[in-house]
Amino acid sequence: MNDRTTAGSGKSDAAGPTGPAGPADPAGPAQALPRRRRRRSRTHRVPVTLLLPALLGLAFLILPLVGLLVRAPWSGLSEQLTSTAVWEALRLSLISATAATAVSLVLGVPLAWLLARTELPGRRVIRALVTLPLVLPPVVGGVALLLVLGRRGIVGSWLDSAFGITLPFTTTGVVIAEAFVAMPFLVISVEGALRAADPRYEEAAATLGASRLTAFRRVTLPLIAPGIAAGAVLAWARALGEFGATITFAGNFPGRTQTMPLAVYLAMESDPQAAIALSLVLLVVSVAVLAGLRDRWLSTP
Amino acid sequence: MSTEHLPSTERLPSTALDARLRVDRAAFTLDLALTAAPGEVIALLGPNGAGKSTALRALAGLLPLTGGHLRLDGRLLEDPAERVHTPAEERPVGVVFQDYLLFPHLSALDNIAFGPRCQGRSKRAARAEAADWLERMGLADHASVRPGRLSGGQAQRVALARALAVRPRLLLLDEPLAALDARTRLDVRARLRRHLAEFEAVAVLVTHDPLDAMVLADRLVVIEHGQEVQSGSPAEVARRPRTDYIARLVGLNLYQGRSEGTRVTLPDGTVVATTEEVDGPAFVAFPPSAVTLHRERPQSSARNLWKAEVIGLDLHADRVRADLAGDLPMAADLTPAAVAELELAPGVTVWASVKATQTHAYPA
Repeated sequence: MNDRTTAGSGKSDAAGPTGPAGPADPAGPAQALPRRRRRRSRTHRVPVTLLLPALLGLAFLILPLVGLLVRAPWSGLSEQLTSTAVWEALRLSLISATAATAVSLVLGVPLAWLLARTELPGRRVIRALVTLPLVLPPVVGGVALLLVLGRRGIVGSWLDSAFGITLPFTTTGVVIAEAFVAMPFLVISVEGALRAADPRYEEAAATLGASRLTAFRRVTLPLIAPGIAAGAVLAWARALGEFGATITFAGNFPGRTQTMPLAVYLAMESDPQAAIALSLVLLVVSVAVLAGLRDRWLSTP
Repeated sequence: MSTEHLPSTERLPSTALDARLRVDRAAFTLDLALTAAPGEVIALLGPNGAGKSTALRALAGLLPLTGGHLRLDGRLLEDPAERVHTPAEERPVGVVFQDYLLFPHLSALDNIAFGPRCQGRSKRAARAEAADWLERMGLADHASVRPGRLSGGQAQRVALARALAVRPRLLLLDEPLAALDARTRLDVRARLRRHLAEFEAVAVLVTHDPLDAMVLADRLVVIEHGQEVQSGSPAEVARRPRTDYIARLVGLNLYQGRSEGTRVTLPDGTVVATTEEVDGPAFVAFPPSAVTLHRERPQSSARNLWKAEVIGLDLHADRVRADLAGDLPMAADLTPAAVAELELAPGVTVWASVKATQTHAYPA
């Protein structure tokens, strides 16, 4: 610290005698900047043809949420939310989304590393396959999971006969369905962070005697921690809202596989007031996630 | 490819580093023989893109050789023909990277302790060792500081300590002073020189700065286009440059021709008179300060007299460097007073004379 300050002041001292251009310089851009900014805001008036659809789009995105808040049964809300069915669904949702995120982390971070740091043959194809669940309709994912891990599925029948393990229509099945849908978010996010991280730090670690695994654990992981955290939050949010794959692969058994989205859907049929209450809970969770993301991770470069 | 390759200089007492680095790339081939005795500091000097960094990465094990071999203290580390390749983490090599690459999430102390930890020492022992290093570098009170809060000179010292903490048998420094401003550079260079003098194994540093190379190294290896063009002690290289690149770096006018006795004839027929007898292909060099300029043809006894045109004038500290074009293109140093007196300006025709005793001829 000390060295730096003395070096800095020394430098400006040395620059002093070279002429009046030195001290005048910093003032130049400082004055120029606001002037330029002002001019830009004056000339760049937003054309109506863009403003109108933009405002419509904004309304389109916001109005449903407003509707949810307006029609919420605020008076009976506490009653709705304290029912055991709600808490069961919420608890199951939080547990399975967290478990799915954990699975995504354990499998997804190494996968992202493989994609970002090795010369894997067919890497492009693998990346495309990894991102496929992002665009695949979740119901299709659920069907596919059933075909592989179902009792008569390719892997499922072997799991059943060899270990007596059944995955579909269990809480584990919920976690698997959610992880299937959520993991690509994490992989993409972590791979991006890895690509942005300077691989020469890993080289520096290697010259200090670190194996690739040690370098990854002690240097790379801490460097990309923000990217991993952002990916994990995205994956968790996606898992929390998962509907299609879950209902197809894990069914809809209260207390076992009935997560919040399934409970909302079911409640709409029988008790719309309860559905609105449940939706409000999910909305609060989503807003909390968004706030956490923006403050902690999305704003950091 | 001969493995009994010996350096052009005298045979070294014992060879700690014995390497012939060959790296083939699409548009570039590095082919460099390097040997060094324990304690020797070698500078790889060359223009950008000459292959200095490639050589350094190859020595560190970060870039595989396509040919040649690398032996350190008698141990074969790499030989593609024998399919031997020791990965970077298993080489007794320490590297100071150009921008240091200190781990930003670790304190200065933990950066230095990283290597000893990887070598299997306990956390406590590694940190104690790192604390010793910080002490030796004069940074004992910066142990808990993150690299982002260190000044350039401090970061350089931490990087050096980190590389030395693995007790390397080969220390590699990539442009160790390039990231520093002129003021810190002097101080850091002096410190680095002390540490290198204490270092008992081989050190190889890469630089494009001749002054760094001359101050820090026992021997210079100048490379251009991936190949050695000259090697020797700093004094030798500075006195007898063999390429335009080095001549420019050390500030000499250099010409190549054929010498008969004390007359060196350049390819275009221009003759430079010297006082040193050389026969056959020869270089002749003289410093810009040896050149005297005149507006009228002088009646002097100087045997070296050429007509020239001033094409540029530059102020360097208290001297004016004049670039001259003519039969013998050269640089000449004058005092600002002389420039004024001679009314020099670009385009002016002058007579340039150089005393034969001020020139230096040596075999090519």
